[in-house]
Amino acid sequence: MNENSLSNENIEWDSVIGQQKKRLNFNFGEIWKYRDLMTLFVKRDIVTVYKQTILGPLWFVIQPLLTTLMYLLVFTNIAGIKTGAVPPILFYMLGITLWNYFSETLNITSKTFIDNASVFGKVYFPRVVLPISKSISGFVKFLIQFSLFLVIWLYYVFIEKSIAPNIYMLLAPLFLFAIVVMGFSFGILISSLTTKYRDLMFLVSFGVQLVMYATPVIIPLSGVHGKKRIIFLLNPLTSLFEGFKSGFLGSGLVEWKWIGYSVGFTVILLFVGIASFNKIEKKFIDTV
Amino acid sequence: MSKDLAIRVENVGKQYRLGQVGTGTLSHDLKRWWALTRGKEDPYLKIGVENDRTKKADSDYAWAVRDISFDVHQGDTLGIIGRNGAGKSTLLKLLSRVTSPSTGTIKIKGRIASLLEVGTGFNPELTGRDNIFLNGAILGMTKKEIASKFDEIVEFAGVQLYIDTPVKRYSSGMYVRLAFGVAAHLEPEILIVDEVLAVGDAEFQKKCLGKMSDVAGHGRTIIFVSHNMQAVQTLCKTALYLKAGTAVEIGRTDKVINNYLSREVKNRVAVSWDNNEDAPGNSIVRLLAAELKVANESNNITIESDIVVRIDFMVLKQMNINLSLHLNSATGICIFNVITQSLPLAAGHHTGILRIPGNLLNDDIYSINLMFVKDTSSVIYQFGDLLTFEVTEGQRNVNWFGKWEGAIRPSLDFSLI
Repeated sequence: MNENSLSNENIEWDSVIGQQKKRLNFNFGEIWKYRDLMTLFVKRDIVTVYKQTILGPLWFVIQPLLTTLMYLLVFTNIAGIKTGAVPPILFYMLGITLWNYFSETLNITSKTFIDNASVFGKVYFPRVVLPISKSISGFVKFLIQFSLFLVIWLYYVFIEKSIAPNIYMLLAPLFLFAIVVMGFSFGILISSLTTKYRDLMFLVSFGVQLVMYATPVIIPLSGVHGKKRIIFLLNPLTSLFEGFKSGFLGSGLVEWKWIGYSVGFTVILLFVGIASFNKIEKKFIDTV
Repeated sequence: MSKDLAIRVENVGKQYRLGQVGTGTLSHDLKRWWALTRGKEDPYLKIGVENDRTKKADSDYAWAVRDISFDVHQGDTLGIIGRNGAGKSTLLKLLSRVTSPSTGTIKIKGRIASLLEVGTGFNPELTGRDNIFLNGAILGMTKKEIASKFDEIVEFAGVQLYIDTPVKRYSSGMYVRLAFGVAAHLEPEILIVDEVLAVGDAEFQKKCLGKMSDVAGHGRTIIFVSHNMQAVQTLCKTALYLKAGTAVEIGRTDKVINNYLSREVKNRVAVSWDNNEDAPGNSIVRLLAAELKVANESNNITIESDIVVRIDFMVLKQMNINLSLHLNSATGICIFNVITQSLPLAAGHHTGILRIPGNLLNDDIYSINLMFVKDTSSVIYQFGDLLTFEVTEGQRNVNWFGKWEGAIRPSLDFSLI
């Protein structure tokens, strides 16, 4: 036995279970090995949603279109909220598309452990593959919805000539990335916090709804004044949404101070999310 | 020697909390967190009862497995045996990284795939084809590997016609065959298998076991958990015997299985009462002793054994008496009820003998209920669970190892002409 444990030192173990890993250990190599699984998960998410429907993926577009029309009716026609120089339809459509991507990423990743307990309880793969693939399938959906926006947008840019896009458009992918990373990080953080005590879950969907009203989805930041404006700006989503919108719609706040705040917030949140996710993923199956 | 190690398990333990998650667990969690942040040990790892499910626990914690250490070499086939609750499934969960141990470490060399269930992650909406890829990827295969095995899997499962139909339209048999097909074509260095063989029809079980011994033949390491001694015996070179969460023995399969059977099978094959006063009964009859003997010399009762049951009793008042004996299976089904002739028995000592021939009972746990009957009509006295015994599987000369169906298992003349 002794001899064994001596020569044991030269064995290169592929994995050691039960040793305390570093908290922020994010094993990219392992996740890369499972990239096929990730793409298959994405495919599954996209394909299964509208199985046995006649319109199929068209539903991805119909949904935000109807929401936009409803917003136009309620907020523009009835409540009379002004969207500045921007045509309300573009303002709402872009806002809704971005917001949907953020909130769906957050909602679905926040249920990572609880929804997938039956799979996680039977087989090992890096748990984080699931929330990542959910974020990617959300992106595919976003692209479909965004292209609908682009069609209408092109009409307003070239035929109506009522809006002037600007150079910040080039930064749009970065703003989008920051938005989705924030949704993802919040999601996995909540997911880790709710495996044992589920109390927090009840607050999440309510909280997300509430935050929407403090994000320039319905009201542009330019229409908010005084203390409310500070609240809007303290919401890290605000400057990212405004930045994304300003590139396409030509109006919106792009202030580096606030963008820096949002990005910093996102990075910290990401680290906190990963740390708690890593800590929980090893044992959550016992308590979920 | 240690160079070709595939798995090393060192002092592994797994503790579970009993009861529900609620405010009680919160206070323990806070204490644990406080201890850990001060750099102390987890206070709750020191306590906990052993995993005996029948007893009421006097602690909030139980150890499903405790202090287990063993090595598995590359190319070994290890069978894990033990009663229900011995910790087999927990150990498999730990080995397949579904959960982590509370204490100790497990070191693994090589790619590991675990089959704790067939068809994990199958999506009913997706077609057979899509599910093969998805399930394969969940089990750790790459797209390329699956594509190269695709035709084999479809053929193994026998679902060529339905491959582009959603699996929710499949019969349950097709579903399981497809799921096992994917699993069987995995090529990991280490394969962990729970009792998935319990599903499917006989032909399919045979296919699965054949596939598993194929895999083992190719120098890959297999860890197999089963209640089925026959399958363990055939598939595994070494066996690990678990009892109440601790390892009792690891070694050559036949030796370990023998020890397991002789230790775990709780037969009460003899009872007797020395003192007439204590003897169960009433003013008419009293039981003195009951004994069950096997004709062959060994202690194990197998399905081939001829069994003799002897009952000694005292009659206090002369009357017409007969014995009536019920043999019940573990699930409480009466397998048979036999009676003696009714005789006017004089006061004094009498004996009843029942011979149960071999090749009649199936492998199961049986208990004997005894009745004394007066005038072949009214019960004078009855005694439940007088004797209990387990009949185990003998040598099977077929290639199928599943549970043999049937309340009884007679050897009838059934032949091809």
